[in-house]
Amino acid sequence: MSSPHVPQATPTDGAPQSDEAGRDVRVVPPRGGASHARTWSRGFLAKLVLLAVVDALGVYVAMAALAQESYGILWVMVALLVVTNWVYFSRRAVPLKYFLPGLAFLLVYQVFVVGYTGYVAFTNYGDGHNSTKAHAVDALLIQNEQRLEDSATYPLAVVEGGGGLGFAVLDGDEVRVGTADEPLADAPDAVVVDGDITEVPGYEVLSRAQVLERQTEVTALRVPYSDEADAGSVRTQDARNGYLYRSTLVYDEAADTMTDTETGTVYEPNRDGQFEAADGSTLAVGWRVPVGFDNFTTAFGDPRYSTPFFKVLVWTVVFALLSVALTFFVGLFFAVVLNDDRIRFRRVLRSFLILPYAFPAFMSYLLWRGMLNKDYGFVNTVLLGGADLNWLSDPWLAKIAILGVQVWVGFPYMFLICTGALQSIPGDLVEAAKIDGAGRLRLWRSITLPLVLVATAPLLISSFAFNFNNFNIIEMITEGNPRFPDASVPVGSTDILITMVYSVSGLDGGAAKNYGLASALSIVIFVIVATISVISFKRTRSLEEIN
Amino acid sequence: MRRSIPLVAVALGAALTLTACAGSDPEPEESAAAEETEAADGGALTVWVDETRQAAVEAAAADFEAETGADVELVLKNFDDIRADFLAQVPTGEGPDITVGAHDWLGEMTANGVVAPIELGDLAGDFADVAVEAFTYDGQVYGLPYAIENIAIIRNTALADSTPATWDEMIAKGRAAGTTYPFLVQVDEKGDPYTMYPLQTSFGAPVFAQAEDGSYTSDLALGGETGNAFATWLKAQADAGVLSTSMTYDIAVQAFADGESPYILGGPWMLEQFADLDLAIDPIPSAGGQPAQPFTGVAGFYVNAQSENQVLATDFLTNFMATEEAQIAIYEAGNRPPALTAAAETVSEDPITAGFLAVGEGALPMPSIPEMGSVWSFWGVTEAGIISGSIEPVAGWEKMVTDIQAAIDAS
Repeated sequence: MSSPHVPQATPTDGAPQSDEAGRDVRVVPPRGGASHARTWSRGFLAKLVLLAVVDALGVYVAMAALAQESYGILWVMVALLVVTNWVYFSRRAVPLKYFLPGLAFLLVYQVFVVGYTGYVAFTNYGDGHNSTKAHAVDALLIQNEQRLEDSATYPLAVVEGGGGLGFAVLDGDEVRVGTADEPLADAPDAVVVDGDITEVPGYEVLSRAQVLERQTEVTALRVPYSDEADAGSVRTQDARNGYLYRSTLVYDEAADTMTDTETGTVYEPNRDGQFEAADGSTLAVGWRVPVGFDNFTTAFGDPRYSTPFFKVLVWTVVFALLSVALTFFVGLFFAVVLNDDRIRFRRVLRSFLILPYAFPAFMSYLLWRGMLNKDYGFVNTVLLGGADLNWLSDPWLAKIAILGVQVWVGFPYMFLICTGALQSIPGDLVEAAKIDGAGRLRLWRSITLPLVLVATAPLLISSFAFNFNNFNIIEMITEGNPRFPDASVPVGSTDILITMVYSVSGLDGGAAKNYGLASALSIVIFVIVATISVISFKRTRSLEEIN
Repeated sequence: MRRSIPLVAVALGAALTLTACAGSDPEPEESAAAEETEAADGGALTVWVDETRQAAVEAAAADFEAETGADVELVLKNFDDIRADFLAQVPTGEGPDITVGAHDWLGEMTANGVVAPIELGDLAGDFADVAVEAFTYDGQVYGLPYAIENIAIIRNTALADSTPATWDEMIAKGRAAGTTYPFLVQVDEKGDPYTMYPLQTSFGAPVFAQAEDGSYTSDLALGGETGNAFATWLKAQADAGVLSTSMTYDIAVQAFADGESPYILGGPWMLEQFADLDLAIDPIPSAGGQPAQPFTGVAGFYVNAQSENQVLATDFLTNFMATEEAQIAIYEAGNRPPALTAAAETVSEDPITAGFLAVGEGALPMPSIPEMGSVWSFWGVTEAGIISGSIEPVAGWEKMVTDIQAAIDAS
C-alpha cells in the first residue's frame, strides 16, 4: 500500500545529461581530444575494475547455468555480457551507458516474468498437466509397472559382463544371473557369503560405490525372469533386493501410442495433452499443451467464473480508489493540522502518527484480524463495549473492516508526503494570495490543494496501482471471505482480483490447481492496471504543464 | 597506437575477468568435482523436511552418512509450502530426492506424475495396515509412512471424570462442570471440516462413498438426508452457543489450557501446550447416533519420480527411516503415533498416545483421490456459513454438494 515504487527514475533522470556529455565528446575533434573511454585516467581505471567485477559475476552465472544445463539463462547472460562490454567500451553508445542497468533489470524482472505469465496463460498448466510429455510418459510407465502378486523377494547383486549391466539374484539357494537381453540363467559356480553374492564367473560384481555411480542405469534395468514374457522381469530400487514386475502399459515410441497389455486398448495423444482411447477414456497423467484462448474463454464465458469476476472487479476498483482517497485525505488532514505553528509538541505528535508506518504491515494485518474477532476481539469487546458486530463474516462489515485497516496502515505514508509537499509551498505565494484578498477557503482551494496534488499525483497513481494488487491485506485479514452465497467457485465478497486469482489457481489448496486460468486472469489484471496508469500519468502531465 | 587502446582495454578487461573467474569460479567446478568424489563415496541426497521432523531425520541421516559415506542435505521447508513447491519443482529437475508429506496429497502427486513407487517388500508387514493402505494408489505404494494421526476428545481430568457416549450428554456434563465453555472445537471464519468430520460421520454422511475393499470411489456421499440432518444439527448447535465461527484454533487451545473447558476436540499436535494439565484421551461422542469416525492422516516420505538417486533414496528410507529408533525419534518430536508397529507398541506405554491410537482404530483414512482437492474449500465455508447464520442449513448444504460435483466434473 504505502511503498509505491518508481524504479526507473534514476536512469531517466540521468539521460539528458548524458546527451550533453555525448555531444561534448563529439564537438572535440576525435583524434586530438581525449575521450573518457580512451585515456588511462583514474575514472577509466575505475570503470575497468567495476566492469571486471560485473563480467566476473556474469561469467560465474553463465558457468553455473552451463553446469545446471539451463541454456536459456546461459544465452541471456552471455548476450547481456556482450552488450554490456560493447556499451561501456564503445564511444557510440553514450545514452545506453546510463540506460543499460535499468534495461537489464527490466528485462530480467519484468519482461521475462510478464512473458512467462503470458505463455502459461495459453497452456493448460495445472493439475494433471504438470510437466512435459516425456515426463508424463515416464510417470505412466512407472505407475503401471506392478509387482507380481506372488513375487518372492530376491536378494541380488548388480553385475557387469560383456552384455552390459545385469543382476545376479539369489533364487532360493541358487544363484541365477542375467542381463536386459538374456533372461536369468543358473550360475552354479557363483560364490555366496552370508547371503551376499560376492563372485559370479564371467561377470564382475559391482561394489556399492560403483552401483551408486550408475544409479539411473541400475533402476532402469529389467532382467527377464525367463523366456516367457508373462513371468515378469526382475527390477530393483535399492540394489539390495529385487522383485518380479510386469508392465501393464507399453509405450510405442514410433506410433506415439500407449497400449494396455491386459485389455489391448490403444491410447493416442489428444489435443488436451492426455492419452485417450477410442472410447474417450483417458490415462491419468497428462502434460502441458498450448490451448489457445481457452483460458480466456473460461474466464469470461463460463458463468461460474464470469459472474463473480465482474463483482470482484467492481470491488477491486472501489477498494483501490477508496484506499488511496481515504489514506490521502486522512494523511493530508493530519499534515495540515500539524503544519500549523499554533500546535505544540508537533515533533512528538508527528512521530506518533508515523508509528503505524514503522510497524511491519504483516503484523498489523494479523493483529487487526485478531482484534476484529466477533466474540473475543478488542474492537467488539472493548472499543464498542460488547457489540455483536460480525466484522469478518458480514459482506459489508468485512469490506468496511478492510478499508479501516487500510487507512490505519496507509495514512502515515500519505501524511509524510503531504507534510513535505505543504512545507515546500512558497510562503510568498500564500502571502500574495492573502494580499489579493483570498480567504482561508479560497487559499486552500486555489493554492494549497493544487500544489499538494501536483507534488503527490504520481505517488497517488502508483499507490492506486499497488492497492489494485494489494494481496497481503486481503489474504491476511479475510482471505476473501465471506464467500459469495451464489458463487460456485471459491470466491468471496472481499476478494480482489489478485486474491481471486490465488484461490482459482488452487495455490491455497482449496481447489484443483489451474495455473493456466490464473495466468490468463493475471494478464487481464495487468491490462487493466496498465491502462489506468497510462491514462492517469498522461493527465498529471497536462496538470503539471498548466502550472 | 591510440586505436589499439580499446583493444588493450578489452583484452585487459577479459584478463581481469578471467583472473576474477579464477578467484570465484572454481566453486562450481569444485563442487562438481566434490560431487564426483562424493558419488564415488556414496552419493548425495537432498531431503525436504519441516521443522517438527528436522531433528529426527537429521539423526537418521547422520547414521546413514556414517554407514554408507553418502551425503544427506536437509532442506528446511514450511510444511504448507511443500505440496505446491514439490509439484512445481520436480518437472524442472530441481526437486529434492525425498520429501516429507501427507498421504492425502497422493492423488494429486500421482495425477501429476511427480512421485515414484517404493517397493516396501517384506517391510510392508511391519507397518500398521492403515498406514500402508493410505499410501497405496492403484496397487502401488508411493510413500514410506512414519506417523499416523487422528483427532479425539482431549479431556481435562480435573474438570470431568469421563466422556459420555453421546453428544448431548457430553454437553450437559460440560455445562455441569461450570466452566466458561462446555466443550471447545475450533471453527474459524473459513470452517474446519477436518475437525468437524467425526460429528458429520456420526450422522452417516461420509464425504465419498467407499468401495467394498475400503478404497474411496469418486461418488460424493455427504449429501442427501443424512447430510441435511448434519447441517440442521450444526445450525442448532450454533444457536445453542456451542459452535461459533469466532472460535479459532489459537483461542480454543488457549481456553482449554487455561482450564475453561473440560473437553476439546483436537489432535496430538495440541498436547505440547497442555503440558501442565492432567489429560485423558477419549473416543468422540456420537451426535447423530452412528459411530463418530474421525479422519486418519498418515504422514510419510515421498520419492521424486525424476530423482537420479533412486537407489540411495530407497536405501535411506527402507533401511534407515523404517527403523524403530528413527520412528520413535519422529514421534518424540511431533507426538504423533509412529506408523511402524513395533515403534507404536513401544510408545503405547504412554496412556495419551495409547488413547489416540485407540480412537484411531475406528477412524477412516482421509481420501487421497484427486477429487478430494475440489472438496475442502466449499465444505469449510459452508459449515462456517451455517454456523454463523449467513447460510440457510439445508439449502446451503445442498448447494454445496452441487458445487463440489460441478468442480469435480470440471477438473
